Amino acid sequence: MKRSFSPVAVGVAPVLLALLVTSLIIIIAGAQPLEVFLAIINGSFGTAIKISDTFVVWVSLAICSAGLLVTFRAGQWNIGVEGQIVLGAIGAVWATRLFEGGAPALVISTMLLLGMIAGALWGVLVGLLKIYGGVNEIFGGLGLNFVATSMTIYLISGPWKPEGTSSVSASKLLPNEIWLPTLEGLRVSPVSIVLALIVIVLVFLALRGTIWGLELKAVGQNDRSAFVLGVPTQRILLSAYTVCGICAGLVGAILVAGVRHQLVVNISAGYGFFSILIVLLSGFTAVWSPLIAFFFAALGIGGTALRLGLDLDSSLSGVLQGVLVVSFELVQGIRQKWFGGDN
Amino acid sequence: MKVTLSHIHKRFGAVHANNDISINVEGGTIFGLLGENGAGKSTLMKVLSGFFAADSGEIKLNDQVVSLSSPADALEKGIGMLHQDPLDVPPMRLLENFMMGVRGFLQPRRTAESSFRELCQAFDFDLDPHAFVHDLSVGERQQLEIVRLLWLGVETLILDEPTTGISAPQKEKLFATLHQLAADGKSIIFVSHKLEDVEVLCSEVAVLRQGVLVGQQNAPIDPAGLVKMMFVQEVNLEERLNVDLGSTFLQVQDATMSDLRLKMEGVTLDVKAGEVIGLAGLEGSGQQLLMQACAGLHRIDKGAIVVGGQTLSGRPYQEWLNAGVAFMPADRMAEGLVPGLSIAEHHVLTRYRRDQEQDKKTIDWPLFRKHSQEKITEFNIKGFVDSTVESLSGGNQQRALLSLLPKKLRLLIMEHPTRGLDIESVLYIWGKLLKRRQDGTAIIFSSADLDEVFQYSDRIVVCFGGQITAVLNTSETSVEQLGYLIAGKQPPADLREENV
Amino acid sequence: MEELLAIFSITALSSVLAFSAPLIFAALGETWSERAGVINLSVEGTMMMGALTGFAAAKVTESLVIGFVAAMAVGAAMSAIVAFGSITLDRDQVAIGFVLALLGVELSSFLGTPFVRIPGVAVRPLPIPILADIPILGPLFFDQDIVTYLSFILIVFTWFWFYRTQAGLVLRGIGERPEAAFARGVNVIRLRYIYTLIGGAMIGFGGAAFSLHVILGWSYRHTANFGWIALAIVIFGGWHPYRVAMGAYLFGLIRAAATGLQSAIPGVPVQVFPLLPFPLMILTLIIFNSDSLERLKLYLPTRVQRSLTSFLRSTPPAGLGKHFEQD
Repeated sequence: MKRSFSPVAVGVAPVLLALLVTSLIIIIAGAQPLEVFLAIINGSFGTAIKISDTFVVWVSLAICSAGLLVTFRAGQWNIGVEGQIVLGAIGAVWATRLFEGGAPALVISTMLLLGMIAGALWGVLVGLLKIYGGVNEIFGGLGLNFVATSMTIYLISGPWKPEGTSSVSASKLLPNEIWLPTLEGLRVSPVSIVLALIVIVLVFLALRGTIWGLELKAVGQNDRSAFVLGVPTQRILLSAYTVCGICAGLVGAILVAGVRHQLVVNISAGYGFFSILIVLLSGFTAVWSPLIAFFFAALGIGGTALRLGLDLDSSLSGVLQGVLVVSFELVQGIRQKWFGGDN
Repeated sequence: MKVTLSHIHKRFGAVHANNDISINVEGGTIFGLLGENGAGKSTLMKVLSGFFAADSGEIKLNDQVVSLSSPADALEKGIGMLHQDPLDVPPMRLLENFMMGVRGFLQPRRTAESSFRELCQAFDFDLDPHAFVHDLSVGERQQLEIVRLLWLGVETLILDEPTTGISAPQKEKLFATLHQLAADGKSIIFVSHKLEDVEVLCSEVAVLRQGVLVGQQNAPIDPAGLVKMMFVQEVNLEERLNVDLGSTFLQVQDATMSDLRLKMEGVTLDVKAGEVIGLAGLEGSGQQLLMQACAGLHRIDKGAIVVGGQTLSGRPYQEWLNAGVAFMPADRMAEGLVPGLSIAEHHVLTRYRRDQEQDKKTIDWPLFRKHSQEKITEFNIKGFVDSTVESLSGGNQQRALLSLLPKKLRLLIMEHPTRGLDIESVLYIWGKLLKRRQDGTAIIFSSADLDEVFQYSDRIVVCFGGQITAVLNTSETSVEQLGYLIAGKQPPADLREENV
Repeated sequence: MEELLAIFSITALSSVLAFSAPLIFAALGETWSERAGVINLSVEGTMMMGALTGFAAAKVTESLVIGFVAAMAVGAAMSAIVAFGSITLDRDQVAIGFVLALLGVELSSFLGTPFVRIPGVAVRPLPIPILADIPILGPLFFDQDIVTYLSFILIVFTWFWFYRTQAGLVLRGIGERPEAAFARGVNVIRLRYIYTLIGGAMIGFGGAAFSLHVILGWSYRHTANFGWIALAIVIFGGWHPYRVAMGAYLFGLIRAAATGLQSAIPGVPVQVFPLLPFPLMILTLIIFNSDSLERLKLYLPTRVQRSLTSFLRSTPPAGLGKHFEQD
């Protein structure tokens, strides 16, 4: 009999390992680990404004990781999710140009809708490249991310360049009426939180309780057997990319309508990539990923406080997130290889 | 080199793959190792070539006890193995394959090329050292491996099923080569399930069945005796149910089908509703291709396949499913069941989409767990609704696959439905299948177990070398007769007369 | 149009060769690793860490050699995590590499703060006497610095190692069909470790070459996107050292041409051109994966067909990313 870890140890060991490694890095950078961790906590939960900012980031991470759960369930590495967010943002801004001066409610809904459509198309493109072009989804996705960035640069320095400025870093700021309404004095918009909750619940239910969710899993586990049993595997694969694209597109649209109010070059801000980390860390589960997304969001917001308080770069939160996922992967692997555990 | 194996035991879990096997191969002879698939031949040879360590037993080379810790170690001691699927690197050139693994810093291109050409000339092989391996036929890849192993100084050459997938002239050349090598004093071990090959080639033959050495013969070889050792257990012809066959359900009309190894031409076959067809033949003779084509999983090149009056060849697989065709593969975990999914999830997957029993999009889990539990009880599967399929034993996996079959089943195609299963499972599974047939389901199955073929089929279709060589009525055929046909020979006249 | 042609001047081409050197190291390093069967997806993060480490170590010790060695050590260390996680622990190679790619970027930003935009050391030009005076060839190949010379040497050496040495045969064997290599007496696992670490060290060196030789010093996300581009170039280059090098130089050329192209095609902003390799890679893959090239090849004489085979390949090594257990 091989010894096995208790479930608690499996959860705690990577966290301890990550804290240890990160502390070491902080010491190398010449600071006090404890002081830094306290600053992060304070920076993300210290005031109502900070908590609300954490929720702003959480919305993007949560929706995006919900979408990624779908593609991962089908066994796909949708690294193109960043580009799908960007396309969502482009779609949203395009909607404001199509319906300039329209009723705010109409414009905002069109923004979200066009964002989702644009994201979905960009996602399906990855799937089509894979099925018909023989292009691995990781590289197809990376490539389309760069194409999406190029499109943004082109649009904001060309056709969508704000009049009368020489700036090439952003498109025109949208009028106030078509911003997603926020809570008094805070940056968080209740609508976006509601949207995030809806997406999370829908994805959870779809994966758990629908035939489509089961077919995704079958395709991800063994597409040949799934095909022999009668699952239309290519259609399922494309539907997974569509759904993830819709989610990412929605994130892009929310970023435009509720956060940035204009198209900027790096509008996706790495949310797509970090959502991949979130899903990995959640063990591909729909229950854990929104919670981990919240943790990541808090770390991200808390990290920005470091620059002001301790003169450290805010990227420390990214470091902590990355180290955490690496530790998780290694601890899992060690447990399976030498302690006979299963997933 | 003289090779002696004594009292070799090797187990894999519950399977006793080699049970106390002792053989002796003299230098300068060709020794045949005969047996059906899964008899333990390959395991024994992998022990001899250093891939596996035996659990117990002794290996002697020229009467010296040796231990072989790895393939490289065996190679150094003069034992080389030619694998059924040659262990070469297809995207590389022949010469590169030839040199790979030899010590040194620079590639010894000049010397290697001249040795390569010399060896090829000696055996009359027409191999271009600068061609790529992926452009070669299997026979040519074997030739490459043979010259490579000889260049490395191999004294004992093991060949695992070398005549599968090669052309007749290549086979002739291979045999000539082996005779030549034996004449040079090398010892050759020829592993095969093909009687006719062993008969013309070997001076001594040993037969394995289910991990046990069941008999040995010296030349001249008596094929009938070998067939008996390989196959014949008590053929127990129980009372066979007489079923009234319906009208023709499946028609294969002058079809041509091909894969990388095999091309079958002019295949014609009619199967009636309720009829059971047993496909007999050596592994790789075309049964697999034929079954995949009839199940809609392999596109045929020419001709037509008509299922229940509709021409389905060239149509999407979904339409075959809708017509009531189902396929049960030999490799259950690769193309039948989805690892990671539970039994209940499999039931959901097939019931909703394939059988379209309900056109709902959501899953009523309590209902399905109940349904799945009923199936588990009905099919006597040792497992729970939430057991993942990979945690089940082979017999229970097969029962699970069986429980997934749709209610509206018109044609069932099965590769080796009972391979590797215990007797109880075999009887149970056939009981279920025969019930299906009474409901009018046509069944096509392949098996390496002649008893099974005789017991259950109405007609036996014999495949040999990519051709259907005989279609026999089971009641008018004997096991001996079939043994000859499977080996690609005509049965002796007295056998034929007895039974006609 | 004149600006466009100007990039084909000798001085411009010479600077393209110098500019592309970091990409050569990174892309060839990845090629070594993938040829042995291990995808090291961490290139973006490894290059970033290599650039920071190289610059910081060279700055602090005032020794370029120490800078480069430190960068290589960091690169090897990061690839060791990929190797341990995937070869030994059988975890998803892509997952570990991807996380390290992000982690490297963040870590370099965090640790690099004190080094942002400060002057430091740089590799000095080292024209080779006599040879540098040869017309055309001289300025291109012999009036460079040591990093550029090394990049030339690495291209040829990689080719030599892959296609002319016994070790290179084994290297390709363990990437294409580890079972076959194992049957020939090769310790597949040990060699995969070694080549992944060597590849990682090269990627780290590529990062240092960036901060000590191309765009001097350190700034926030100093080598941004170069790692992803190196990955794309490996695929574009079909895992063949010469084609990979061509990919890197093509990228350098496009980048240098960007300003010229902008005046030729007005309306397309400069920043778009550096991103071109990716669409190009996708296009290449689609063309190579369709059998149109195969059919074209059939019109050529057999000898030519064969020598083109390894150069024009589009499929990754058959054992890439696959776990191998030796009993």
